[in-house]
Amino acid sequence: MEFQPSSFTHRHLLGIEGLSPWDIEKVLDLADNYVGLSRSRHKKTDVLRGLTVINLFFENSTRTLTSFELAGKRLGADVINMAVANSSIKKGETLIDTAMTLNAMHPDALVVRHSDSGAVKLLAQKVNCAVVNGGDGSHEHPTQALLDALTIRRRKGRLEGLTVTICGDVLHSRVARSNILLLNTMGARVRVVAPPTLMPAAIDRMGVEVYTNMREGLKDADIVMMLRLQTERMQGQYVPSIREYFHFFGLTEEKLAAAKPDCLIMHPGPMNRGVEIDSVIADDINRSVILDQVELGVAVRMAVLDLLTRDRRGDNDDLGGKL
Amino acid sequence: MAERRTAYINAHLIDPASGLDAAGALLVEGTKIADVGPGLFAEGVPEGIETVDCAGAHLVPGLIDMRVQACDPGFEHKETIATASAAAVAGGITSIVTLPNTEPVIDDVAGLEFIARRARETKLAKVYAYGAVTAGLEGKELAEIGLLKEAGAVGFTDGTRAIADAGVMARALKYAKAFGALIIQHPEEPRLAGGVMNSGELSTRLGLPGIATQAEIIMVERDLRLAEMTGGRIHISHISTWAAVEAIRAAKARGIAVTCDTAPPYFALVEADIGDYRTFLKLSPPLRSDFDRRAVVEGLADGTIDAIASDHNPQDQDSKRLPFVQAEFGAVGLETLLPVALELVHGEHLDLKTLIRRLSTTPAELLGIPGGKLKPGAPADLLVFDPFSPWKVDAATFRSKSKNSPFDGRPVAGRALRTIIDGRLVYSAS
Repeated sequence: MEFQPSSFTHRHLLGIEGLSPWDIEKVLDLADNYVGLSRSRHKKTDVLRGLTVINLFFENSTRTLTSFELAGKRLGADVINMAVANSSIKKGETLIDTAMTLNAMHPDALVVRHSDSGAVKLLAQKVNCAVVNGGDGSHEHPTQALLDALTIRRRKGRLEGLTVTICGDVLHSRVARSNILLLNTMGARVRVVAPPTLMPAAIDRMGVEVYTNMREGLKDADIVMMLRLQTERMQGQYVPSIREYFHFFGLTEEKLAAAKPDCLIMHPGPMNRGVEIDSVIADDINRSVILDQVELGVAVRMAVLDLLTRDRRGDNDDLGGKL
Repeated sequence: MAERRTAYINAHLIDPASGLDAAGALLVEGTKIADVGPGLFAEGVPEGIETVDCAGAHLVPGLIDMRVQACDPGFEHKETIATASAAAVAGGITSIVTLPNTEPVIDDVAGLEFIARRARETKLAKVYAYGAVTAGLEGKELAEIGLLKEAGAVGFTDGTRAIADAGVMARALKYAKAFGALIIQHPEEPRLAGGVMNSGELSTRLGLPGIATQAEIIMVERDLRLAEMTGGRIHISHISTWAAVEAIRAAKARGIAVTCDTAPPYFALVEADIGDYRTFLKLSPPLRSDFDRRAVVEGLADGTIDAIASDHNPQDQDSKRLPFVQAEFGAVGLETLLPVALELVHGEHLDLKTLIRRLSTTPAELLGIPGGKLKPGAPADLLVFDPFSPWKVDAATFRSKSKNSPFDGRPVAGRALRTIIDGRLVYSAS
């Protein structure tokens, strides 16, 4: 057996970059344990009792914020949500000032979302507690990639050797970047499909196969991950029209026929039905695992908060010692 | 009363203009160089002449920095003429040329006179100024190029903005010809330059919008055509790409009146140095690949790139301690110009004489300003330096008001020992 470090030694979770396969396995294994707790009638444990988690969101979010809030609360932590208004001109000032202010209140973990790539890392340099990246610009969204991995692992039993096709607005997507890093680390085969205007420069250097034809990209895929068209990040026109985009890059029954019959359909949400995904497919309970993703998101975030606060709790047990 | 005379003896003299590269001495009389050469004072220095023993250090014409933002007037919290001048002389620079992107913009004679007055008050480095090509740097209507030239503007540029409209650029080149005025362009097609770093694998990994090298090359190629069409003189600033070096090399071979410069970041750093979003390395043009960096070094070696400027662009903490996308572009460079440029010599890409040509002689010739040579009758703007003494860049000790150096902490070799302007000692290393 290969070398396996016994504990998760990272101080923050700022990205998938830098995580080893064992780190990822550890998060997923622990998250698996927390799924049961979330499904039971009494959903709470006291693992994080007495600890404070602050969700600091500089960018609008409902599902990620709710997911982190539930995760913290189910672990018994005191959770505070701070939605910081995004005044465009003083964004950065607010970021560092807010970080210092919050730090003075001795939180144990900060979950941060920000519209600028690298902003969470910048903030992490200014605080003493654990920082979880809840999504920064077009850079990374590590808990999304982890929950996607858990969803796949629970359905397919593995990640290694699977063909995963990521479709849509790859250019602006932090979800795509984190997933590419994670899936490559775990030995999956990753493809990206997008119109060339929404494909990042030199994306092939991240170890993916690049397609502009969706049927070719979907051929024999085990998983298809659809991405939302992020019009709010676009300056200028990247596709001629929604109609044309859906025609060539929207997920339909007909295009999906190229994938394996048991291909799973994933979407990080929020979905734009009729833009990147046909409603019928999104609701296909046999293949769409979109709601699984939401459920497992809470478990993954519990695992992350648990692992990152172990040092300060003086608990270095391997797997959910207090579960 | 006789003018004060100072003899600099035991010096290693380098003068690119005359080809001099030998041990010798130099005599300053008043504000001018009176005599220079290997045999001078071989018999000893006569009575009544003050003697400075250079102890084998190099004595060269003071550096002439043709691209400096002094932020004065308008942004005095970042830099002033006084602090920029102090930083310049500490870096061995005796003349600086300031960009017109101040507040107000230097697009009329009053603006030029303001800078001249500030420089006189400071009495450190000689300060020259570029005038704006277009009124308000808006890229639309020509500024008063003739009047500005008459009042002392040494060249014309819209600073950190490219003159994007080809029609305006063609007219500027044509019109400036009548006054022998040089047009200096920031080479970047603005519609392709919406990003914050070089476009490629790294920008993709960091999730940052990229600027393709084509943004530079398209503007360079366009301007070369316009220079050819109009017969005007164009100078292209801070070349950063292989393709631009190639295009200028070919244009020079065709006989087009083009010159260009680059700055230390473009031959000493690459995009990978940005690492984890280091905003001090957010520059315009952006840092490029190592392939481009090596092409810049080659361009400097073969003379395609005529000059090296510091591209000094001071930014305060509030402008840089931000997420990468929001941070301002630019880096200070006055106090690291010499040691970082010397890396080209230590790396055996250029000899010392060629380097001093790029840092002093050529900029003086291009802009028609005094200095840049060790010649009797020339102003005694001199630099005594040791190209080998090792030190570590420490931005906290900079005289510049802003400390945004991409070279902070870098081990370097070579520094100014004495800087002399018009015969007057204005800086001496402690």
